[in-house]
Amino acid sequence: MLIQISKSELQNQNSRINREKRQGAIKLTGTTTSESQIKNPGLEKISGQETGAKAEAKGKYGKYGGQYVPEVLMPALEELVEGYERYKNDPGFLKELDHYLKDFGGRETPLYFARNLSKKYGAKIYLKREDLVHGGAHKLNNAIGQAILAKYMGKTRLIAETGAGQHGTATAMVGANMGFETVVYMGAKDIKRQQMNAYRMELMGTEVRAVESGSKTLKDAINEALRDWVTNVENTHYLIGSVVGPHPYPMIVRDFQSVIGREIKEQIMEKEGRLPDSLIACAGGGSNAMGMFHPFTEAREVRLIAVEAGGKALKCTEKAALHSASLCVGEEGVLHGARTKVLQDSYGQILESESISAGLDYSGVGPELAYLADNGRVTARYVTDDEALEAFHELSRLEGIIPALESSHALAYLKKAADAGELGELVVVNLSGRGDKDLETVFSQMKGA
Amino acid sequence: MSSKMEAGLRSGIGAGVKAETRISGISEKFAELKGRGEGALISYVMAGDPSPEATRDIVSALARGGTDIIELGLPFSDPVADGPTIQAAGQRALAAGMDTEHFFELVEGLDTGIVRIPLVCMTYFNLVFRYGIEKFVTGSAKAGLSGLIIPDLPVEEASELRESCEKHGLDLIFLIAPTTPGERVKKVLDRSSGFVYLVSRLGVTGTSSKVSGTTKELLARVETDIPKAVGFGVSNGSQAAEIRKAGADGVIVGSAFIKIIESGKNVNERLEALAKELKNGILEASRKGE
Ligand SMILES: Cc1ncc(COP(=O)(O)O)c(C=O)c1O
Repeated sequence: MLIQISKSELQNQNSRINREKRQGAIKLTGTTTSESQIKNPGLEKISGQETGAKAEAKGKYGKYGGQYVPEVLMPALEELVEGYERYKNDPGFLKELDHYLKDFGGRETPLYFARNLSKKYGAKIYLKREDLVHGGAHKLNNAIGQAILAKYMGKTRLIAETGAGQHGTATAMVGANMGFETVVYMGAKDIKRQQMNAYRMELMGTEVRAVESGSKTLKDAINEALRDWVTNVENTHYLIGSVVGPHPYPMIVRDFQSVIGREIKEQIMEKEGRLPDSLIACAGGGSNAMGMFHPFTEAREVRLIAVEAGGKALKCTEKAALHSASLCVGEEGVLHGARTKVLQDSYGQILESESISAGLDYSGVGPELAYLADNGRVTARYVTDDEALEAFHELSRLEGIIPALESSHALAYLKKAADAGELGELVVVNLSGRGDKDLETVFSQMKGA
Repeated sequence: MSSKMEAGLRSGIGAGVKAETRISGISEKFAELKGRGEGALISYVMAGDPSPEATRDIVSALARGGTDIIELGLPFSDPVADGPTIQAAGQRALAAGMDTEHFFELVEGLDTGIVRIPLVCMTYFNLVFRYGIEKFVTGSAKAGLSGLIIPDLPVEEASELRESCEKHGLDLIFLIAPTTPGERVKKVLDRSSGFVYLVSRLGVTGTSSKVSGTTKELLARVETDIPKAVGFGVSNGSQAAEIRKAGADGVIVGSAFIKIIESGKNVNERLEALAKELKNGILEASRKGE
């Protein structure tokens, strides 16, 4: 149940934030040093919100979520639930998280006013610069959190799946830094389109295992990672890269990514003195979207827009979808341990998805995002490959920032939102990653065109 | 559906034991075997791999070899509990056009010979969920299945399916893993019927060369009147014997059969021979155990 809060409560809340900010009481993770300051904005506050606490009693978000996994893994999930509960407010844990986010990851990231983009669309548009996080995407926020958690829980080996290679890279970075044996599963098709990212991981001592089964993309990499986990569960932590999978992953990943939304809240209050009219994020599994949205779910006047990959078209063939828009057109099903919206055929076979951006190319979506889309709190939209490419070029030329193809989907929606009157006057777009990894893809697209 | 498949489905209604006479349940089968001091051979193959008509012959061969219970896989696109051998079998079956409707048709037309052999469906939860839980269970019962195994459905998420299975007289078989702690073992046993599936080791399905200490420990610590069957990694008669000796009421073998099917060479004879070897191993151990 979402709690409706009134305008005046909000104003109170906002002025409280301002007051506390002036007093220096609220310093968000990334800039805190003293214990009490760490505790204050810690994960407790975030996961203790009304939207979360009740819904997560059994890891359910309405009818979505849950734990649909082989029995072998049930004790490991229980251990993770307990480990997270135990450490999420532990001063030592929070201090280490804080240290890594700041000094290793480069937080906090700027909230950048995009002047030229704003002029073009007739609204004040800010970009949350997650592209400036070490490694080039928001993925590190979660990788840091989970790796520290794994260390506290006594695990010595990390495994991860990766689509674009961004999450794999983030896992490789923390793995190298914290001394884990690290294995990343990556679809053979994705390795082809993100070769340098695979190489980056190897440079940091990670073993990249090519996944040749199924569609050879993200969904198959998750299958393979789950199989590895089933086999090596005793010493291994599965570091899932998005708000997907069985409980408690959707909650844990969201909490570690919520640093994005918390910073935005503080930064926008400082710059504009009010909350934005809309927040726009791309959604593959949904981690940059949930991280951005979560601290705003109760601020009902803020429109939350999740933009999915419309691929070539919103159509399906017998075995495959030409898109990855599970939130927009997926149907209820169970994939990778959770009940959620899934691209599937009439018998429940999972359809292969498609997108120009490897990071959005996934047949499922996080269960909480599915829940929030169903109840209307989150608006689900999509843009096509071509529209995303256009936005990729647009931001590069207008602002001198080359966005990731994933983030280009969020940017591409600006145009549609402006036309549809969904934009409002004050907008924040989550620039979830930088586009260096996509240069080859875009280059060959342009040559082909 | 391919025309090959259609032809296969039509031609399969042969003589022998049909769905309506195949009432033998899993518990009855175990009771009957226990009466003779025997352990059960449970053989797993993928329905529709490489074709529905082949599955018919395969099932007959396994029956001739002394199989007591047959597990038929309904293929799923994303089988996370399975190793490469069963994954590939699922892919072949899907490519040959297998789906839920055809699976029920195939099962209904199966001829296991004169012996009553309970049939169990093994599949993943999304196929059950998508088809409709109640509809899937009634379809299973009508086709003559005696039980369901859903490896990605832990007891916590299974209440709706369990109710439906109870209503229609199907056993819902749960798994217990080496990692399952004592408290949880009780919880799982509490909800189990037919038999309980003990996972021999950490990992996915596939063959392995020896029986691990883990398997024996697991058999020792799971105390119950419900028959215990051990699966994952069993591939020959001596392993089957060892598992039977360690206290199993049944031995489940899948990948070793599927490798024979995959090879495409003398499939039915070799399946029958392997089933015989496994069953003999189990019988040997049973006799020694007396
Ligand atoms: C830059 C970037 N943005 C977005 C995504 C999509 O993931 P999510 O929806 O979990 O944020 C990815 C995934 O790899 C990514 O690399």
